[in-house]
Amino acid sequence: MRIGVVTFPGSLDDRDAVRAVRIAGGTPVSLWHDDADIKGVDAVVLPGGFSYGDYLRCGAIARFSPVMNEIIRLAGPPDQVSSGLPVLGICNGFQVLTESHLLPGALVRNEKQQFICRDQKLRIERTSTAWTNGYAEGQEIVIPLKNGEGGFIADESTLDRLEGEGRVVARYLDVNPNGSRRDIAGISNASGTVVGLMPHPEHATEAGYGPEANNGTDGLAFFTSALQGVLSA
Amino acid sequence: MGRVVIDVMPKPEILDPQGKAVVGALARLGFAEFAGARQGKRFELEFEGEVDQAVLDRAREAAQTLLSNPVIEDVVAVRAASDPE
Repeated sequence: MRIGVVTFPGSLDDRDAVRAVRIAGGTPVSLWHDDADIKGVDAVVLPGGFSYGDYLRCGAIARFSPVMNEIIRLAGPPDQVSSGLPVLGICNGFQVLTESHLLPGALVRNEKQQFICRDQKLRIERTSTAWTNGYAEGQEIVIPLKNGEGGFIADESTLDRLEGEGRVVARYLDVNPNGSRRDIAGISNASGTVVGLMPHPEHATEAGYGPEANNGTDGLAFFTSALQGVLSA
Repeated sequence: MGRVVIDVMPKPEILDPQGKAVVGALARLGFAEFAGARQGKRFELEFEGEVDQAVLDRAREAAQTLLSNPVIEDVVAVRAASDPE
């Protein structure tokens, strides 16, 4: 099972995403921003970092890279029910997905201006996605969060639609770290193939290297889920 | 050489934390008469030749495609640089 991980200039967490795919039992494939060929991978991870230095807006320039044009084409229209290419955007990758309009809304500067780095508790609310089917609905997990522009915003009707269609994938628990509307940490497209998440599951996949809760492996199921989803497809 | 100036502002309904921080700093410096601040972006695009309506239309297209995100920002002005401010 081959999962591509895109490297943009300024990506930081691509190596950890590659490692997470490997620990989950998949075969990671490195993809390059300037290459439209995604090498026939079964799914793609857009990693965290500061693509193109966060110039203009976070993710705005990455969205127009050759590899993203191909990923946007293969992911399909965001409201279609049939399944396109599974894509997980983490942190900066989530920003790229909203800039690409594969997911609605936008991510803006944290409410209190400061960059935040903490172990963050989340509740997984949608498990019928390519990336969360290995979790139990309502499962609480702890994974690292680190962002400066992680406030998820959308207009009220979009937020109502996301809630109504069950497209809120994960919500912040205990603390809303960045002012995200309705405590939203992650959302999906209609079919559940494309997921954007602000915290970092790839940093919590190996015992002893993640947050103390649950051996620090609470993020692993994002990657094992993708393998399951691809297998059953 | 012609120049097109484009102003992009956060939508009025979007919380602008940078503007909020700016107005707080202004008050601390004694500029308390300014009750609010919003921070936007100004772009200057250079163009070989005279800027006519067709060039301004293209600049607006560029502004809506790349320079702004319509979810959170509005393109509030697209004008030739020689226009009165």
